[in-house]
Amino acid sequence: MAILVDPATKVLIQGITGTFGACHTRLSLEYGTNIVAGVTPGKGGQFFDNRIPIFDSVAEAVGATGATASCIFVPRANAADAVLEAADAGLQLAVCITEGIPVHEMLVVKRELSRYQMKLVGPNCPGIVTPGPGPDSRGGCRIGIAPGYIHRQGHVGVVSRSGTLTYEAVWQITRRGAGQSTCVGIGGDPVCGLSLLDVVRLFNEDPDTHGIVIIGEIGGSAEQETAEWIHKHCKKPVAAFVAGTTAPAGRRLGHAGAIANSAPETAAAKIAAFRDCKIPVAESPSAIADTILKLL
Amino acid sequence: MPAGDVAENPAGARTIAERLLQSDVRRFVVKAQIHAGGRALGSLAGRPNKSGIAFCCTPEEVERAANEMLGNTLGTEQTRPEGRRVAKVLVEAAIPVRHEFYAAVALDRTRDCPVLLASAAGGVGIETAVTASPDRLIKEWIDPLVGLRQFQARRVAAALGLTGSSIFTAADFFHSMWRTWWECEALIVEINPFVQNPGPATQQSIVALDARIAIDDNALFKHPELASLRDVAEEEPIETEARKHGLDYIKLDGNIACMVNGAGLAMATMDAIKNCGGKPANFLDVGGGASQEQVAAAFKTILTDTNVRAILVNIFGGITDCAVVARGVAAAINQSGVKVPVVVRIEGNNATMGRTMLVEALAKVMVAHSIEEAARMAVQAAAG
Repeated sequence: MAILVDPATKVLIQGITGTFGACHTRLSLEYGTNIVAGVTPGKGGQFFDNRIPIFDSVAEAVGATGATASCIFVPRANAADAVLEAADAGLQLAVCITEGIPVHEMLVVKRELSRYQMKLVGPNCPGIVTPGPGPDSRGGCRIGIAPGYIHRQGHVGVVSRSGTLTYEAVWQITRRGAGQSTCVGIGGDPVCGLSLLDVVRLFNEDPDTHGIVIIGEIGGSAEQETAEWIHKHCKKPVAAFVAGTTAPAGRRLGHAGAIANSAPETAAAKIAAFRDCKIPVAESPSAIADTILKLL
Repeated sequence: MPAGDVAENPAGARTIAERLLQSDVRRFVVKAQIHAGGRALGSLAGRPNKSGIAFCCTPEEVERAANEMLGNTLGTEQTRPEGRRVAKVLVEAAIPVRHEFYAAVALDRTRDCPVLLASAAGGVGIETAVTASPDRLIKEWIDPLVGLRQFQARRVAAALGLTGSSIFTAADFFHSMWRTWWECEALIVEINPFVQNPGPATQQSIVALDARIAIDDNALFKHPELASLRDVAEEEPIETEARKHGLDYIKLDGNIACMVNGAGLAMATMDAIKNCGGKPANFLDVGGGASQEQVAAAFKTILTDTNVRAILVNIFGGITDCAVVARGVAAAINQSGVKVPVVVRIEGNNATMGRTMLVEALAKVMVAHSIEEAARMAVQAAAG
C-alpha cells in the first residue's frame, strides 16, 4: 500500500512528445512506472519510442488503455486546459508539472474541479513517487520529474511544497537506511490542487505510512491549518521543516507562492504553529531525516 | 480620480499645479512615486521630518516639495533600509477628506478564490491595522466563474456605513475594482484611501486617492500592454541583469553569497547560514538542472555584490550528473577570477566523482558534506 499511486497504476502522459515530457517519460519507464499511453493533439496513431501509443485526446487514451492517472508536461499556455481535459475524461489523478500557469487560470480550474472526482497534484511540482522493491527503488511508480534512485521502499510519508528540498529530505532518509511509503510534491504555486493537509490526511489513513515529514515554506497559511488538524486528529508521528526564516518580507523567492506579505505567512509563524501543536521542527535542513526517524 | 499629472522635475511639478490652479484647484498634494507603500509615514534622506506626501497651497510650494523629493531617497516601512530613489512625483488636486475608506480585491489562498476586502478605517496605517486584526476587515468572497455580484457589492457598501444613493455609487466602484483585478490578472488591486466627494446628494461620487496594483508575473505574457509598464528603475540593477539570464536572484544585506539549485533548497541554505551565525548576501536559484551557462551567469551575478566575503554553492544533482555540475562550477570559478573563499556542497547523482573533480580542479575550494557543514565553513571563511 501507499497513497495516490502504486506500481499497478496505469499512467498516461499529456505532452509526451515535448523534449521535457519525453525525457521524463523514459526515466519513468526505466523506473518501472506502468505508462500505457501518451496524449499529443494531432499526433494520434503514432507511437512514442515505438512502444507507447499516442492519442489525440485524453478521453480516447482512457477508452483504449484504461489509464487512471495522468502526468501533465503541457506548456503553461495550455496547461490549465490540459488539467480540465484530464478531469473530464474521468481520471482519478492528474499530476501537473508545468511551471508558470497564471493564478487566475488556476482559480477557474480549482472551481471547475469541484464538479469532478479527480485529484490534482501541482502545478509547478516535482510529482509523486511510490518507491518499489528493486535496486535504486525501481519497480515503483514515478509520476513527474523526481530522481528515482534517491528513494527506498519504506514507511515515511513525505509531503512538500518544494522540489530539490524534497530530494534532499528523501535522500537523507534513504541514506540512514530507512525509506518512504510515498513522496508527494504539491508544488510551489499559490493556488494548487491537493494541499499539505489533504496529503497528510491520506498518509494518516495509509497503513504503510508510519510517520510523516512535512516540508513547508513562506507564503499562505497551509502549514498552520495542517498543524492544527494533526494536533487534533493525526494518529502518526509527524516532523516538519519550514524554509525561509531569512526571507525578506514582501519578496517572492523563486516559487510563485513563496512570498510573505503578512506576519502569519512568515516561516517563524509557521514554525511556531507546528511547535504549538507539539510537532517537532528540524532546526537545520540537514536534520530533517533525523527529526522524523527519532520518532519511529 | 482627482485631476493631476506626473512630473519628473520640480519645474514640471509647478507647471502641473499652475494648470490645476486655472481649473480652480486651491489645494494640491505632491506624492512620491515609488513602488512601496507607507509613504506618508516614511522619511526623505537628510530631511527626517519630510515624508513622501506633501500638501501645498501654491504652485511655488509644490515646486519646493517636488524639489525635496525628486532625486532624493525615501525610506518607508516597506522599502529596504537605504530607501528608494524618487524619480517621479504625482501632483494632483487635494480632495477635502471627511472620512477615508479602504478597499481591495485580493487572492484568498486559504479558500482559493478572490475576495473583496473593505474597511471604514482606511488611510495611513491601514497596513498595520490589517495585519494586527484581519478579522475586522469586511470580506466578500467572489466566485471566479460568476464575478462580483451586485448584491455583494451593495452589502459591502452598507457594511461600510454608506446610505442612500452612495450605496450604488460605491457598489459600482467595487465592481470596477473587481473588473480590473480580473481583466488585468492582478494579484491585488488596492485603493487606499477612497473618499466620498462632497456635493449635492445627486452628484455624490467616490474618489480614489491612491492605488496599488500588483500583476501576476506568470500572466504578463498575455498582457503585453501591462508588461511594457515595467519600470526597471524601480528594481535592483543586479536583479534585472540576473533575470535576463533566467536566474532568480534577490539581493540581501549579508556577506555570504549562495548559489543553489531549487528555490526551496536555496531558502533552506540561507536559513542554515543564519543558524550558524552568518548572514546570506542573496537568494539565488540557478534552476533545477544547474547547467554550465546558468552556473557561469550565477557567479557573475554574485560577484557584482561587493559585500560578498564567501560563496556557498549548494547543488543537489537529482537527474543531473554531479560530475557535469562540478565541471561547470570549476570552469565558472576559474573564468570569473573569484577572490573570496568558495565552499561547495554537492550531493546526489555521481556526487563522489563530482567532489573529487572539484578538489582536483581547484586548490582553494572547500568541499562540505552536508548543508550544515557547508554553512559553518562559509561563516568561518567569511569571518577570517
